Amino acid sequence: MNTVTFIQPSGAPATVSVEPGTSLMRAAVTNGVDGIVGECGGQAMCATCHVYVRPEFAAALPEPSDDEEEMLDCTTAERTELSRLGCQIKACAELDGIVVDVPAEQV
Amino acid sequence: MSVVIIGGGQAGLQVADSLRSGGYQDGITVIADEPGLPYQRPPLSKDYLAPEGSPAPLPLRAASFFADKEITLRSGVRAAAVDRAARTVILAGGEQVGYRHLVFATGTANRALTCPGADLPGVHLLRTLPDAEALHSALAAARRVVVVGAGFIGLEVAAAARARGCEVTVLEFAPGPMGRALSPAMGAWFAGAHARAGIRLRFNEGIAAFEPSMDGRVGWAVSTTGARYRADLVVAGIGVVPNDALAAAAGLETGNGIVVDAALRTSDPSVLAVGDCASFPSAHAGARIRVESVQNATDQGRHAARTILGSAEPYRDLPWFWSNQGSLRLQIAGLSAPGDQTVLSGDPESGKFSVLCFRNGRLAAVESVNSPGEHLGARKLLAAGISPEPEEAAAPGFSLKALARQDVAASSSV
Repeated sequence: MNTVTFIQPSGAPATVSVEPGTSLMRAAVTNGVDGIVGECGGQAMCATCHVYVRPEFAAALPEPSDDEEEMLDCTTAERTELSRLGCQIKACAELDGIVVDVPAEQV
Repeated sequence: MSVVIIGGGQAGLQVADSLRSGGYQDGITVIADEPGLPYQRPPLSKDYLAPEGSPAPLPLRAASFFADKEITLRSGVRAAAVDRAARTVILAGGEQVGYRHLVFATGTANRALTCPGADLPGVHLLRTLPDAEALHSALAAARRVVVVGAGFIGLEVAAAARARGCEVTVLEFAPGPMGRALSPAMGAWFAGAHARAGIRLRFNEGIAAFEPSMDGRVGWAVSTTGARYRADLVVAGIGVVPNDALAAAAGLETGNGIVVDAALRTSDPSVLAVGDCASFPSAHAGARIRVESVQNATDQGRHAARTILGSAEPYRDLPWFWSNQGSLRLQIAGLSAPGDQTVLSGDPESGKFSVLCFRNGRLAAVESVNSPGEHLGARKLLAAGISPEPEEAAAPGFSLKALARQDVAASSSV
């Protein structure tokens, strides 16, 4: 199991434990983490699972696909260099303990 | 008294969620006829059918959501009748649930095959999680698959079966694929792309009958032209019908869905309808329509919550759709119509391009393949009511994404 910590805009953290290979979107939705919607079911179609990945985990992240890259231009909250779609990042040993910030708005 | 929502899909749960986040204080009850935690349907015809398909459904909301938001979920429970005079929903077991506002989010049902042999083992429909589980395991053993209907669901399933190495034939009685949703130009491109992937597409050919093989399971599909196709697995995706019988029995106006006004209220102002089951006046279509999509379900869910909370604003969110068919990602913004002027943007040979649909000289819809940036640009432009000239759109190097960045920014800064 790997852990993922979601930090709400209020600063409140929620740490969840998931099987390796589980996307951060699924980890959040199945555990009732506020602020991650995943309206399209993880197809990189809706940009409602936007997260800001803490910089210390950036090196271990896979590069965003062209699709994700383009969808990130459509997030409701401002896109920054830390922005990713939660449906495209999977929990794994290299990202164990990853910390992401949840934006104030998704839709 | 409280809000009762009949239906536990995207639309119904969005009403509940948006009511709470909008400050609604009274009780909220969701009556869902499927058992268990409501789940996402779109992946069932896509990722779920891949060989490594995820066996766990993705819930629409976590179990903790219902407790945290004090939303009562009655799953595996069917609403049998509505007594509007008494403002009561009568459940299948006879229990009565009172309401101040009632929301129909009853969705649609699959149109059933009626031809001879439609009840043979090996003939599948796809709607629910058990349907998808059955299809997922049937695909593992299937060699020859016949898909009836070249709509989104049929082609998603066809692409998934082809990716697993099955021989796949698609029968479609119309002259092209996805005819209800796509321009002829984009439909023709999809037909070519699927054919190149090795899928046999038969247009102007409907299903006439299924015949069993020696083992009593489906063995042959016979088309309306008399052609016979070997099949050990059949999947039908031949459209849906709105679940409006409960509303009709309660005396509400129906007709291809539950008839609502622009604020999503039925002929009884304390009763609303949202999502696939609702027939609403669309600003984008200029007509009364019913839309089957995640976008429509969630945006109408949000809108109905605002109506219940006192708003009288009309629903006017831009429709958008998507379909993943193998490696082809189709995205549609807006509603195209027969007779639209179409302009090609980008190079179809590259597998990344868009078809822009103009009506009376203004952009009405954009269909994109493997071009999410163009799709998102189209959504922004259509929502802002900004249109390029058709000649401008036809020029090499034209980009909806670039135009949206420039024009939407300019119009919002005024």
